[in-house]
Formats: sequence, C-alpha cells, structure tokens
Amino acid sequence: MNIIEQLDQEQVARLSAGKEIPDFQPGDTVIVNVKVVEGERTRVQAYEGVCISRARSGLNQSFTVRKISYGEGVERVFPLYSPMIDSIKLVRKGKVRRAKLYYLRDRRGKSARIAERTDTKPAKSGSK
Amino acid sequence: MRSGVIAQKVGMTRVFTDSGNHVPVTVLKLDNCQVVAHRTKEKNGYTALQLGAGKAKVKNVSKAQRGHFAVAKVEPTMKLVEFRVDEQHLIPVGAQITADHFIPGQFVDVSGTSTGKGFAGGMKRWNFRGLRATHGVSVSHRSIGSTGGRQDPGKTFKNQKMPGHLGAERVTTQNLRVVQTDPSRGLILIEGAVPGVKGGWIQVRDAVKRVLPKDAPTPGKFTLPETDAAAANAGEQK
Repeated sequence: MNIIEQLDQEQVARLSAGKEIPDFQPGDTVIVNVKVVEGERTRVQAYEGVCISRARSGLNQSFTVRKISYGEGVERVFPLYSPMIDSIKLVRKGKVRRAKLYYLRDRRGKSARIAERTDTKPAKSGSK
Repeated sequence: MRSGVIAQKVGMTRVFTDSGNHVPVTVLKLDNCQVVAHRTKEKNGYTALQLGAGKAKVKNVSKAQRGHFAVAKVEPTMKLVEFRVDEQHLIPVGAQITADHFIPGQFVDVSGTSTGKGFAGGMKRWNFRGLRATHGVSVSHRSIGSTGGRQDPGKTFKNQKMPGHLGAERVTTQNLRVVQTDPSRGLILIEGAVPGVKGGWIQVRDAVKRVLPKDAPTPGKFTLPETDAAAANAGEQK
C-alpha cells in the first residue's frame, strides 16, 4: 500500500473513532448534526434533507444534502469525515434509480417526492 | 544557517485538524538522506554539507563516484546536493538526517524541478489573452498577437515573451508551512503544493524570510551509523 493511502486510512480511523456513520445512499433522507462555532462556544445544528449525491472515496469522500428552506432550495456539501460533523442520522430510505439526483433541482413539491425503499432482501450476504 | 534536506515527493492529500479545518498537504519522504562530504573554508573557500539521498545501484555509479562514496563510508546515493551551512552547524559525515529535523509550524523554502509542459503557447506560458472568439478572428484564437513596433524600431525587442519550452526548470517556492513530521517513516507534510512531479527530488530548507523557531534542533536531527554512534554519542543529542 502506498504512503498516501496509508496516511489517509490512519486519518479515517482517527476521525471516525467513536462516530458511527450510517450506511446511507443517494435518495435517503438524513439529519446531519453540524458543529457551529459562535465566538467562544460551539453548538450543534441539525441539517435535514435528501442526500442527492455521494462523491469520491476514502478520506476525501463527500456527500450533498438538499433541502427546501423557506421555499428556497438549499444544498450543502459535507466532507464525510469532517470533524465539524457531530453525527449523521439516517431518517428515511428512498427508492431511486440514479446515483446523482440532480434532477430534483428542477422539481418542486409533489414531483420532487421520493418513494420509500423497503429492502426485502437481506443485506449483501443473501445473494442468490 | 542550518542544513536542508533532500526529499522525494510522494503526492498530495489533506489533513483534518482538530479545530475542524482541513489543510491540503504535500507528502515528502526522506529516503536515506545522508551526509556524504563536507566543504570547508580552508579547503574549498566556503562551508557546506554535501547530502545524498536515495539508493543507487553500484553498477550504475562511476568509478570516481564510488571512490567518493567510499571515503565517506556511505552507500552510493542517487542524488547529491550541497547545502550551505554555518560552520557550527556541520553534521558529521555518514549521519542520516531524520524527518524531525523540521518542526511542525515552521516555514520552509522548497526547491524542485517543475513538471515539464513541453512546447507551450503564449496563453499557457505567459498568461496572454489570445485573440477574440469572434469579430473576424479565424484560426488564430490562441495566438500571441503583435510582437513589436512598425518601421521604428523595425525589429522585435529581445526577451519578447513568445511560445516556447515551459516547465522542467528549477523552481523555488518560499514560506510553506510544515504541518506534521513523522520521523519513524521519514515523512514531512508541507502545506500546499510543491514544485515537481511525484517521485521527483525536492530540496527543503529553512525559510530565509522567516525567523527560525527557537526549538528547532541545531545543527539538526540525525542518527549516526551504528559503528560511530558509540564514539560520538554526545554529538547526537544536541
């Protein structure tokens, strides 16, 4: 394994220690608890929305969360292993057929809904 | 003036800090960075250290070079570079410099051979604007335009910026911050980009335009070869 990968893995291990990152996909609704620094103290702010993309891999992994805030679409890109992320919670699984849900940007209301995914198959190990 | 080191560029990554920021870093590796020879005032007219790095196959080293390495009792190295130092900062011949020679937070100047770009046009090489996209310009959108006057001066001045070979020259980037060092693996993590390709040889020196932190080791951090270590244990500590 090359040195860069080694360093990255060490950082991933360090940053994800004590944190549980749920296994979420594009289409899923997540709550990201973000640390916000206000002068001296820090507090945690929840940001809830639909994950519309997950990008890259390893240490540089990031994901985009889209929500409608006061009638205005808001998207935030989070590095998955950022220390500013307190925790991530998976709220609802969504059934989608794309890896990147950029089409949601052009949609509003009813057409921007995502059906709920119900995994009937047991995860991974239960392949035929 | 302390000695610098020769390092090999490994690549870039990022480091997340505890405060929540992340810094882009270039990873440099000290690969067998040894002192090969001294240049002294009496003998050479100036004081410097000759460092070697990497491991060269003996069959690829000329006979004269082999003799030079034999005097220093070090294995032939791929790269040889001289670093000017003060007389009191000479490091014994054969000593191997370790990554904690630099301390996190200090600033360094980094030199390397930039990535070769081949024959490049005026837009890439000199940031020329090129010609317009429309208004009658045909074929020559990326050309450099005019290069001189009219009947007077009747010539193009020398040093006129024109297309030509770009890159593959020595470049020094000043005042880069050392983010982290890892002596056990011989790694130095430097904030930002460093000239050169991955695997290229890089020279790292204390920044000339910044004050050296007080806790930087002088004359440097190094390990002596085992045979000499017992004899000169005192020198290793300071």
